[in-house]
Amino acid sequence: MSETTADAHGAHDHHEGGFWSTYVFSLDHKMIARQFLWLGLIMMVVGGILALIFRWQLAWPETQVWGFEWISDESEGMPEGYVTPNFYNMAVTMHATIMVFLVVMPILVGCFGNFLIPLMIGARDMAFPVLNMLSFWVAVLGAVIMTAGFFVEGGHAASGWTGYAPLSTVPEYTGVFMGQTLWALSLFVLSFSSLMGSINYITTLINMRTEGMTWFRVPLVVWSLFVTAILGLLALPILGSAGAMMIFDRVFETNFFNPAKGGEPLLWQHLFWYFGHPEVYILILPGMGIASELLPVFCRKPIFGYRAMVYAMLAIAFLSWIVWGHHMFQSGMNPALGSAFMMTTLVIAIPSAIKTFNWLGTLWGGSIRFTVPMLHALAFVILFVIGGLSGIFMASNVVDIYIHDTYFIVAHFHYVIFGGSVFALFGGIQYWFPKMFGRAMDEALGKVHFWLTFIFFNMVFFPMHILGVGGHMRRIYNPMQYEFLQGMQPINVMITLSALALGLSQIPFVFNFFATVFRWNAKWFRVLIQAVSALVVGFIGYKSVAVMFEGMMEPEPSTGARIAGTVVAVALAVWIYRYLEKSMAPLGADAPQNPWDANTLEWVAPTPAPHGNFGPTLPVVRRGPYEYSVPGEEADWAPQTETIDPKYAEAGH
Amino acid sequence: MMSWLPENISIEGEEIDFLFYVSYYLTVVVFIGVAVAMAYFIIKYRAKPGVKAKYTHGNNTLEILWTVIPTFILLVFILMTQTSWAKLKLAIPQNPHVRVEVTGKQFNWIIRYPGDDGKFGTKDDLVLDNQLNVPVNKQVLISLKGADVIHSFFIPQTRMKQDVVPGRTIPLWFTPTKVGKYEIPCAELCGFGHSGMNGEMIVHSEADYAKWRKKAWEEKDK
Ligand code: HEM
Ligand SMILES: [Cu+2]
Ligand SMILES: [Cu+2]
Repeated sequence: MSETTADAHGAHDHHEGGFWSTYVFSLDHKMIARQFLWLGLIMMVVGGILALIFRWQLAWPETQVWGFEWISDESEGMPEGYVTPNFYNMAVTMHATIMVFLVVMPILVGCFGNFLIPLMIGARDMAFPVLNMLSFWVAVLGAVIMTAGFFVEGGHAASGWTGYAPLSTVPEYTGVFMGQTLWALSLFVLSFSSLMGSINYITTLINMRTEGMTWFRVPLVVWSLFVTAILGLLALPILGSAGAMMIFDRVFETNFFNPAKGGEPLLWQHLFWYFGHPEVYILILPGMGIASELLPVFCRKPIFGYRAMVYAMLAIAFLSWIVWGHHMFQSGMNPALGSAFMMTTLVIAIPSAIKTFNWLGTLWGGSIRFTVPMLHALAFVILFVIGGLSGIFMASNVVDIYIHDTYFIVAHFHYVIFGGSVFALFGGIQYWFPKMFGRAMDEALGKVHFWLTFIFFNMVFFPMHILGVGGHMRRIYNPMQYEFLQGMQPINVMITLSALALGLSQIPFVFNFFATVFRWNAKWFRVLIQAVSALVVGFIGYKSVAVMFEGMMEPEPSTGARIAGTVVAVALAVWIYRYLEKSMAPLGADAPQNPWDANTLEWVAPTPAPHGNFGPTLPVVRRGPYEYSVPGEEADWAPQTETIDPKYAEAGH
Repeated sequence: MMSWLPENISIEGEEIDFLFYVSYYLTVVVFIGVAVAMAYFIIKYRAKPGVKAKYTHGNNTLEILWTVIPTFILLVFILMTQTSWAKLKLAIPQNPHVRVEVTGKQFNWIIRYPGDDGKFGTKDDLVLDNQLNVPVNKQVLISLKGADVIHSFFIPQTRMKQDVVPGRTIPLWFTPTKVGKYEIPCAELCGFGHSGMNGEMIVHSEADYAKWRKKAWEEKDK
């Protein structure tokens, strides 16, 4: 099989494909990976804007959202920029749905899975290139259906990303008609996309590893994507089926979930979470894999406990099927089950702990290089730890009585999904960019983006623990309606201000990405980047000082605060401007073949990797993926194709 | 962070707070340990010219230790939790002092009090919207019912929360220990009026409770 693919690709190399077959209906796994990346990044903008809209409403309830005042007062959702309750619910629902299914999954699984698996195991492409292309275009179809929901009568789905029945299945309860049906249809379609991807990944890894690429020489990120694919293969059909049942209930008046007609509402929750818990590991495993990949490279040291890492992932893959009930402790499910689910949930925390300790072990004794990808990997580790630890509170079914459905949950999953998956995603993009696009993203701009994102991520999501402990329910439109929450409103304001800063902090990344891809390095453009980044930081600095002087609730800063804010803003802006002026490399310059001195096979392939990835012969693997700083070797790295002193061969595979 | 917990006013809530503190100290200690180790490694092992990284693939003793120790701690934690869980969720009180039936209905709590016959569904029931009256220091057993979608009955100061599922009757019990007024928000998204679906629990002293009952039924019979 791999022989014929190889031949086919060999033939391809001699003629240029047309525009359509190269950029649109491409069969090349690297192009499909880039397509998934674009899809995810575009949807990230949509998801992010939705979040800022509902954060605005939470901080300054029932005021006009800045920038949306122009909307007609006949609009159902945001008349004159005021958020209505149903629009609020919709924004919350669609923010989560988009971020999970159309941002993190397409990028971490679709993009990195596609890009890395063949390159890192020494294959020329995926096992089923046509299926691979279909997987992407079906995902686009899903995204189109999902987006269409915003434009239909009655608005988009507004019953939470978890779509609890019967709120979601009986249109009269929300007043949402087509929107919710399109939501379910889109998930149904997206489940097929994931399914196709999973089949491809699993087949490819099992059958197409190059000579010498034994299972225990497979890089951990590929292992993680493999386990993710297995979870995807088994979990997504459940989501698809549940989505289909929801459509049946809504359109054909079946009554799977409607208790008024004899249905069972908890059945939806069981289906959703039986899919949903494996799903959260689909979101985090590739992130764990990326961290496990970056840490050894930038510690110049073998990963600590390679096998423990693999076994921990396999344990997670198994255990994630028997913990779903921890989302349902207070659902009315038989409470005796709560005890069982608490037990399994804490058991699954153990492999996560093992992985964390091994990452620390990898840092120990390293020679650490603080590149932008490494900063993201380090952030991943510590933020994942916080997310895992907050999981302990909720895993305790007793404590969960109180904190279930509060902001504590929101804090938890943002630490694991944003702090974990999204930081890994940014780190991975920066790290593999040279291989993906043939040029390296700028490190100085990357550092500005990283630090801003890291600081404001924590300022947005850490205080949510406090809100949750204070009893602040999630998914409420206006916290000021509750007396017991009013004292905490300054925290809500602080979070929203930080969220706006977090949004602005993405601007350096956008510049970095586009300037590098399109090689925009003109003098004026560089000045523009420096100026805008400096302005962003200055503006944030100004606002921070104003808030420090005046507190959260005072909209107009005093003259003193204004002066102090301006001084700080100018100082910060000048600092960032000059830092970038001095440190930004030429944007979009060609990247060397192996800019990070890394061992794994993707860096053996030429840059940019051609159709078919490797030259006429496939690389042969002779050592493990993380043999850095091997005693007796001149360089502190060597490609996996080099032989290794037999003394170390046993330990290092 | 603990001071952010609202005041607890129920006997059952103490179990929850205790385990909350256990989780809190456990996780804070672990977090500090990990963060300090990480910071130390990051600073100590930053790249320095001429210094090569250690060449090691791991250590089996360590792997075993950091598997077994967390497992042991979590096991203890599980055992500590389960007796509380049984008390709070499984041991339905047989002789509660007060019985009330609460129905979640978009976007109200409909609260039904039995009359002197102590039975629900008879003529002498009293039905109020969003107002739960209970005596202090007496165990209250609430039967939660749903009329339309799923809601979640939540009284932050008693630490109690329970989803309300249409088609089921779910028991919830607690013993309030402090006279006062407390909010009863709905904690599960239930539609556009979810935010603001909010009842009030009035915990009366024993004497006031008797007075309230007398007055409420008189008004009803008028
Ligand atoms: C140490 C491991 C973890 C434990 C013990 C844990 C435990 C829990 C528990 C008990 C809940 C339900 C809480 C409630 O609704 O009352 C929960 C919710 C959640 N967890 Fe975790 N978790 C862990 C790791 C993760 C990871 C790695 C992810 C994803 C990347 C994740 C994502 C989520 C999400 C998205 C929710 C909330 C879903 C929702 O209700 O909208 N968790 N977690
Ligand atoms: Cu879960
Ligand atoms: Cu509600």
